[in-house]
Amino acid sequence: MQHSEAADIFNKDVERTTWHDETLWWVRQKRDKVAFQIPEWESLRETASQIKNNVLSNLHDYLVSFEEQAIRNGVKVHWAADAEEHNQIVLSILRENNINSLSKSKSMLTEECHMNEFLSHNGIDVIDTDLGERIVQLRQEPPSHIVMPAIHLKKEDVSDTFHEHLNTEKGNNDPQYLTEVARHHLREKFLERKLALTGVNFAVAETGEFVVCTNEGNADMGAHLADVHIACMGFEKIIPKREHLGVFLRLLARSATGQPITTYSSHFRKPREGQQMHIVIVDNGRSTQLGRKDFRNSLKCIRCAACMNTCPVYRRSGGHSYHNAVAGPIGSILAPNLDMTKFADLPFASTLCGSCSNVCPVKIDIHDQLYKWRQVLVQSGHAPTVKKLGMKAMNFTFSHPAAYQLGGSVGRKIMKALPFLVNNGMNPWFKNREMPEPPSESFRDWYKKNRKK
Amino acid sequence: MKVGLFIPCYIDQFYPQVGVATLELLEKLGCEVGFPLNQTCCGQPMANSGFEHLAGSCSQLFIDNFSEFDYIVSPSGSCTLHVKEHVGIHPKGGIYELTEFINDVLKIDKLDARFPHKVGLHQSCHGQRGLKLSQMSELNAPGFSKPEKLLRMVDGLDLVTLDRKDECCGFGGTFCVTEEAVSVRMGIDRVRDHVKNGTEVLTGGDTSCLMHLEGIIRREKLPLKVMHIAEILNFSN
Repeated sequence: MQHSEAADIFNKDVERTTWHDETLWWVRQKRDKVAFQIPEWESLRETASQIKNNVLSNLHDYLVSFEEQAIRNGVKVHWAADAEEHNQIVLSILRENNINSLSKSKSMLTEECHMNEFLSHNGIDVIDTDLGERIVQLRQEPPSHIVMPAIHLKKEDVSDTFHEHLNTEKGNNDPQYLTEVARHHLREKFLERKLALTGVNFAVAETGEFVVCTNEGNADMGAHLADVHIACMGFEKIIPKREHLGVFLRLLARSATGQPITTYSSHFRKPREGQQMHIVIVDNGRSTQLGRKDFRNSLKCIRCAACMNTCPVYRRSGGHSYHNAVAGPIGSILAPNLDMTKFADLPFASTLCGSCSNVCPVKIDIHDQLYKWRQVLVQSGHAPTVKKLGMKAMNFTFSHPAAYQLGGSVGRKIMKALPFLVNNGMNPWFKNREMPEPPSESFRDWYKKNRKK
Repeated sequence: MKVGLFIPCYIDQFYPQVGVATLELLEKLGCEVGFPLNQTCCGQPMANSGFEHLAGSCSQLFIDNFSEFDYIVSPSGSCTLHVKEHVGIHPKGGIYELTEFINDVLKIDKLDARFPHKVGLHQSCHGQRGLKLSQMSELNAPGFSKPEKLLRMVDGLDLVTLDRKDECCGFGGTFCVTEEAVSVRMGIDRVRDHVKNGTEVLTGGDTSCLMHLEGIIRREKLPLKVMHIAEILNFSN
């Protein structure tokens, strides 16, 4: 389903749309409040952007250094060219260790690779341990937001889901009660699982260590209790030095949720005694994106989701309408790189208002890239024929002053005489808006009469 | 100083009074203004739909029409931004949106206008975030606003404070029909913010946003009047 159709359905529930918009706007306001407490906020963004530019220009060297250091630390490093290879690597580690279940802390990369489906087809039981992710997993839904996966759900929805799956009291919507039940449920899973999978927020090239940020401590809980820890990362997660964490950790949580820092910023360097630690470094289209001059800097993204929270379209259409693991403005510039046919609609799901680029902590020119993707998609044949013909006709009219003037004057007369020709159900404008009232003369007519000697 | 007046196609056809107010205002402020009669459109509707490659002939026509002027001035932030970024014309003095031109080139400090009403300003995104006509709420930076500065020079005008001072109205060019549901909802939310905070006259620098908001106001039969900022700055009674 295209974004516009899904958004149309989303908007049918007017009150829920209001609630969704206001909830995310509240997060945007929290972000403003905490970000603006730091006088050097804008220079911090600039610094982060420059560090990431440096990373993207020297990625090969940083990746090699990271791998060397990680191996020295006793970590096994795997390289995956695409989603399929990533999933196979994870499965092979499970098989080698005779493990058939795992606990997973939040990793958007594994969503991008559709790892859960793959593993469950292969008889592996995956439990998402981030509370939001666990909720959507129980509902067999994908996350609707990369930081707050269940932000599209109200506490009543969660209560119903928990009643069905975790035997909570029907109709008990008390968040504290529901969270308590989830805690007990997840504690059992943490204790049972022999393998924990986490994502990676930052991978430090000089030390081979990586940092995972969570608010629930679920990455630590999983990794510390399991015999095997697998960390999966897109190759753009690299930062050169440990000291750069001082820039990125300050930006990430403030941009994401308006917190000064995530509750847990967990540093992993080497396996504890008797534990196995694996890192899977994934390409999956990233080197293609790196080669697209206009779009390469989308790889600077640190997945804070500030662009989603500020996006007036995201807030009024919901994450699922983007039909991609990463929704919102950033998803709309990342997804076409993976599949232009499937995601041709996304760069058009924007008014190009530019708010996304302004909140981005690493200064990705998101709205300019949306514009550029539109050009690329049309030029590579992803525009509907009707639209192509319409655009050609429009360009002809605007390139020929006589045709434009005649068309304008005839058009206005028709609108005046026969308003039902435009004021009808075939005209999407008219569905919820009045058409402008056509004046009897254009500005040009007035000018000729009043100014032109 | 020869000023070429660029009146976007939909203003020419549907809102001639905006063109008239812009012309009269510029003349009142001492400019020599010409309106090239063969101008049509800047080509933005094609370009924003992904058809920038088609718009060459349209851009050429624009260049032919405006090459004789020192300045190009237009009562639209959005079209001005498009001309600046994509058309490829570079007049000696520059390309300006109306309030930007009055602030930065004419540098006036008083205005002979009176408009005793509660006015709500809608910031168009292309004017604000594109042309940087005013500070953006996302940035940690000192505030300023070129349109607001001019409105504050108008005698009797009471400027309304909005809850969300720079959220997009949802017009977005072809977005307004291809994403009809979201577009309308965004417009409704903007209008409600104005109603809630007491706006009597909703104004802005982009007639495209205003056309969309006015369409919603008229459909919902709300007691709000919509006027382009040029009409207010040119108003006296």
